[in-house]
Amino acid sequence: MAKQRFLQGSEACAEGALAAGARFYAGYPITPSSEIAEILSRRLPQAGGKFIQMEDEMSSLAAVIGASLGGLKAMTATSGPGFSLMQENLGFAAAAEIPCVIVDVQRAGPSTGQPTSPAQGDVMQARWGTHGDHPIIVLSPSSVREFYELTIRAFNLSEKYRSPVVLLADEVVAHMREKVTLPDPGEVEVIDRLEPTVPPEWYFPFDNAMDVPPLVSFGQGYRFHVTGLYHDRSGFPTMRQDEINPWFERVFAKIEHHLNDIVEVQEEMMEDADIALISFGASARSAQSAMRLARAKNLKVGLVKLKTLWPFPEEVVDRVSRKVGRIVVPEMNRGQIRLEVERVAAGRARVLGVNRYDGEMIAPAQIVNAIEE
Amino acid sequence: MKQPMFHTIYPYLRASKKFPHVWCPGCGNGIVLGSLIRAIDRVGLSKDNIAMVSGIGCSGRMPVYVDFNTLHTTHGRALAFATGLKLARPEMNVIVVMGDGDAMAIGGNHFIHAARRNIGLTVIVINNMIYGMTGGQCSPTTPTGSFATTAVYGNIEQPLDISRMAEAAGAPFVARSTVFHVFELEKMMEKALNKEGFAVVEVLSNCHVGYGRQNDMGSPVAMLNWMRENTSPRSVQDGESSAKIARGVLVDKDLPEYTALYDEVIKRAQAGAMNTPL
Ligand SMILES: Cc1ncc(C[n+]2csc(CCOP(=O)(O)OP(=O)(O)O)c2C)c(N)n1
Ligand code: SF4
Repeated sequence: MAKQRFLQGSEACAEGALAAGARFYAGYPITPSSEIAEILSRRLPQAGGKFIQMEDEMSSLAAVIGASLGGLKAMTATSGPGFSLMQENLGFAAAAEIPCVIVDVQRAGPSTGQPTSPAQGDVMQARWGTHGDHPIIVLSPSSVREFYELTIRAFNLSEKYRSPVVLLADEVVAHMREKVTLPDPGEVEVIDRLEPTVPPEWYFPFDNAMDVPPLVSFGQGYRFHVTGLYHDRSGFPTMRQDEINPWFERVFAKIEHHLNDIVEVQEEMMEDADIALISFGASARSAQSAMRLARAKNLKVGLVKLKTLWPFPEEVVDRVSRKVGRIVVPEMNRGQIRLEVERVAAGRARVLGVNRYDGEMIAPAQIVNAIEE
Repeated sequence: MKQPMFHTIYPYLRASKKFPHVWCPGCGNGIVLGSLIRAIDRVGLSKDNIAMVSGIGCSGRMPVYVDFNTLHTTHGRALAFATGLKLARPEMNVIVVMGDGDAMAIGGNHFIHAARRNIGLTVIVINNMIYGMTGGQCSPTTPTGSFATTAVYGNIEQPLDISRMAEAAGAPFVARSTVFHVFELEKMMEKALNKEGFAVVEVLSNCHVGYGRQNDMGSPVAMLNWMRENTSPRSVQDGESSAKIARGVLVDKDLPEYTALYDEVIKRAQAGAMNTPL
């Protein structure tokens, strides 16, 4: 029987990881993400998994990628400064198409910023922080329950699309406690990476004939090469344009062909809305309260909560921008998602940001004021 | 009839795919690779069960040529990738190949901590005293007074002793040889492959192109002669306190290996033994 529990966001993340089949964690302590490491250092070995505290964040993500190639579902968790250090290997995981999950519990920044205070300033970094064009999937939870669900989803998507998935949480969601009912382990949908059904001589780990080629782990008799260099379908370095271009097209197509599966938003009271709030993470909670306050004042306000940040939910925002006159984007940064909303709305609706970046949450009243402006 | 040497090597190479290799003619990297393959052959490891992991540099290109499970990672991070892989698959023989810049500059911290943990990796550090791939810049092992493209007035820094660093960090097996002393090198590699824990073989190698040309040793032969004249076996050196670079097995001791210890952690966790003394 599923039982109700009073959980912290970090605990929900750790439990979600275990339910998704995660059996490896490597990380370096940093506030406000350290609880995830502490919990998994206890829970993983109980489940026969492995936990290692590495010497820094570069090695943490490196170990995660190595473990994933060894066949374990693997993750790390960090916050801004550590996420910055992970960027090179995040690009490696994207280029070599190695499934892994990176939790970034955002704190106020830049630099050391305000370690114990919430922020949402890593939205663009999660998309563009590593060098070069690359595909990436980024999800963002707004509640303890969602932290659990989206951690499972992060693993499922990373396995299904052979892609690193960034889970962009924030200090509020990681540290707050809420009552949640977790499903029984058997009820959780768990997706594992496809393994080849062909013999080793027929296996191409980077076959461009399909969106997501199967990935077999090291040591199974398929001896192949993995590199961060541009590579051919076997994984060997190549400088041939006729091999590089199809690879590039495929790694973007594997995401773009499956937007329906990857992009997730939650709409509330949007049927009759002429003002839309678009938000994510902890700010979406403030937005939800603001929507209720505004409705009490007979203002037709609806909420679009983004659970997937990247690929950006363009179709939804496009539709919303054709329907409402005004879009208000509350976020704990200087307008990173607002820039995307403006790009997609392309002048069809007025777009207004509600921003805070001083380590405090956005209050619902601040959003209501913006609505009433 | 005695078989010619190449018969040993060829079954381990991805011959049909990736040759000719990227290395300069006469580069020591080829000698290191040949020695390593002969050592692997003698130990009798299965190709399916070997992973070769490298960083970035000329040395980092080695895995692409060998028919193992091969992983070419980011600059300096090979040991960290290998740590994750070894934890996931403790039964595999994981061999890590790095250059001196890769292992001691950008990856120096990982080297210290992997040694300290004593995780079961065979670690080959090719010390050519220079950054080969990027064109002859200073490395942490460039001798004081040597020239490099970033030290045209002579290097004013002290070189790092890789083997002593490995020893200080706690590696239970440390050996050093050169690409001139091939038979000795092979034997050390064999011992390292047979070692349970973090086993380091430092190989002095020639980058006659990046280092030699700037330091009056522009040919492979000149550099091999330098290795012959400036190194001595450890036992001899012990007696005469030589200024020469020591060759030989410098450390060989028993220490519990990390992944084996972690199996014990799993047993304790599953028995519910949190915060109880070992
Ligand atoms: C993060 C990063 N910084 C710098 C480089 C450029 N780079 C490539 S190889 C190399 C040094 C190579 O020297 P070494 O590690 O001694 O290996 P060798 O080429 O001599 O075998 C550098 C600095 C890089 N690839 N990545
Ligand atoms: S540059 Fe030096 S290390 Fe690199 S292949 Fe040439 S000789 Fe070897």
